[in-house]
Amino acid sequence: MRTLLALGMIAALGVGTAHGAEPKKYVVPRTESGQPDLRGVWNYGSDTPFERPPQFKDREFLTPEEAAAISKQIRDRSAQIEAGDGGTPIDPTGGYNQFWMDYFGQGANLRTSLVIDPPDGRMPPVQSGVKVENGGLGPDTNGVRPVRFRVGGINKDGPESRGLSERCLMGYSSGPPFVPSLYNNIVQIFQTRTHAVIMTEMIHDARIVPLDGRPTLDPELTQWSGDSRGHWEGDTLVVETRNFTDKTTSFRGAGTAKDLHLTERFTRVGANRVDYQFTIDDPKTFAKPFTALIPMVRADGDLYEYACHEGNYGLSNILSGARQDEQEALAKKGGSPQ
Amino acid sequence: MKLGASSSLAAISLAGLALASVANAADKVARTPDGKPDLNGIWQTMGSAHWNLEPHNAEAGPVTSMGALGAIPGGLGVVEGGRIPYKPEAAKQRAENKANWLERDPLVKCYLPGVPRATYLPHPFQIVQEPKTLLITYEFAGADRIVYMNRPGSQAQVDSWMGYNLGRWEGDTLVIDVTGQMAESWLDSAGNFHGSKLQVQERYTPAGVNVLMYEATITDPDVFTRPWKISMPLYRRLEKNMQLLDFKCVEFVEELLYGKYRKSAAQ
Repeated sequence: MRTLLALGMIAALGVGTAHGAEPKKYVVPRTESGQPDLRGVWNYGSDTPFERPPQFKDREFLTPEEAAAISKQIRDRSAQIEAGDGGTPIDPTGGYNQFWMDYFGQGANLRTSLVIDPPDGRMPPVQSGVKVENGGLGPDTNGVRPVRFRVGGINKDGPESRGLSERCLMGYSSGPPFVPSLYNNIVQIFQTRTHAVIMTEMIHDARIVPLDGRPTLDPELTQWSGDSRGHWEGDTLVVETRNFTDKTTSFRGAGTAKDLHLTERFTRVGANRVDYQFTIDDPKTFAKPFTALIPMVRADGDLYEYACHEGNYGLSNILSGARQDEQEALAKKGGSPQ
Repeated sequence: MKLGASSSLAAISLAGLALASVANAADKVARTPDGKPDLNGIWQTMGSAHWNLEPHNAEAGPVTSMGALGAIPGGLGVVEGGRIPYKPEAAKQRAENKANWLERDPLVKCYLPGVPRATYLPHPFQIVQEPKTLLITYEFAGADRIVYMNRPGSQAQVDSWMGYNLGRWEGDTLVIDVTGQMAESWLDSAGNFHGSKLQVQERYTPAGVNVLMYEATITDPDVFTRPWKISMPLYRRLEKNMQLLDFKCVEFVEELLYGKYRKSAAQ
């Protein structure tokens, strides 16, 4: 853990100085109780790939010119899709049209990957025998219940066959840890002397983090977003989370989160920037721990209420549509509809 | 000791007690560094207002197999003057709601409860108090509201289940004006409801370190003949290591909401 920590610190400095956006000696503002001030609404959107694309090999950083060129490519492609909006083979109704997409780089991140450790920028291998299921938009994927992935489903037999975000149980990118996704990459941090709250807009998940050194929950008590405890290490808020349910994956579709030990580090590195770093330590699922760093920039706006379940007509329609299809297929075969 | 306090509380007027407590307790109020009352902590009401805001007798619950455990306790009522001043048409609507309670109550479906109903559900909630912003986060359905302390006169950009919340201090009282709520939320499990013109003004006044006196004034000219008020104490949850736990009830209502769409065994 200590080596990871040191690596992370160096990495954070690297980002700060590599593009020269922040003064070298930034003085972190303090709250009324003297803590480093992390309050506010932050955007963790990014177009930096989570893992380093093979062509960059051991290169950690792009030049600003390379970064600008890649960013332009992504934006041009988005504009092209938007101009021809009206659906794609996996989304024929155009429900997720390009207008809503908000995955563009927010923090001028020059890194070639969000993963900063291991140094090759790639996630360590999944332990042998561990199931990896990513789901996804488009056709259902093969699998059995419980469905732990977030998007898509394994069939349409009942609500438990669908992904956790289709059931409005978990947001598809809100974690923890939260990772950049297509949209809604918004988190608000609240702070008092004794507590921090990490609130993602996606499915309005307010994760409450006691900072008073209390013990962790009884191991029998498990929660969808785990149970978090925080402390300050210098100017960094360190949040450790355990007691996850076994109903979600550990990370990126792999295994279950049951034995996941997640460590998140929030460091204010500029007037408009907080670096968010997280380490996945789950030896039952991954061969080694790994760490990602996501620069977050201040978002100029409020969190809105993401009342997912209250408007979840989609799930009823998916299931009732499948029943209707079955009835029609039966009628065609000459059977009697039920 | 809490039980003793609340039964003597019941014997005298709630409003009178509130005033007396506030006067005696003014010097015992915890304060934040900026001198405002410190409302940080985990709070919960006691009583049966969530079943029915008006005075009501105990009665059997709707689920036979739950027996005495599922029965509904009686309550003195928390409405000033005893009754909610419905317009005649709205009174009929309330009666219909009550007759069709389980089919119509949005909380049966695990919807976000709205304000003030979130306050007096039998679940704790936590206040996280920053100088310019408060977060009130409720165990029930993981509902939450962000209260803005520094933007008087601004308006909701869009309706939401937990409303648009503007806060300010009047002396030691936190006042929150809540607008922009969805018309579909209810006020309790007895069919009491509101419409789309709902405005709620909440007042949280410390009565010592471990009690807040809570008032909510409810206005909706389409439904009520005049504004009306409820009041009740909020008690601090004093258990060591108290914290809110998951109550993500979506999972608990899937059979109720989607069971009819399951693939049957025959298929």
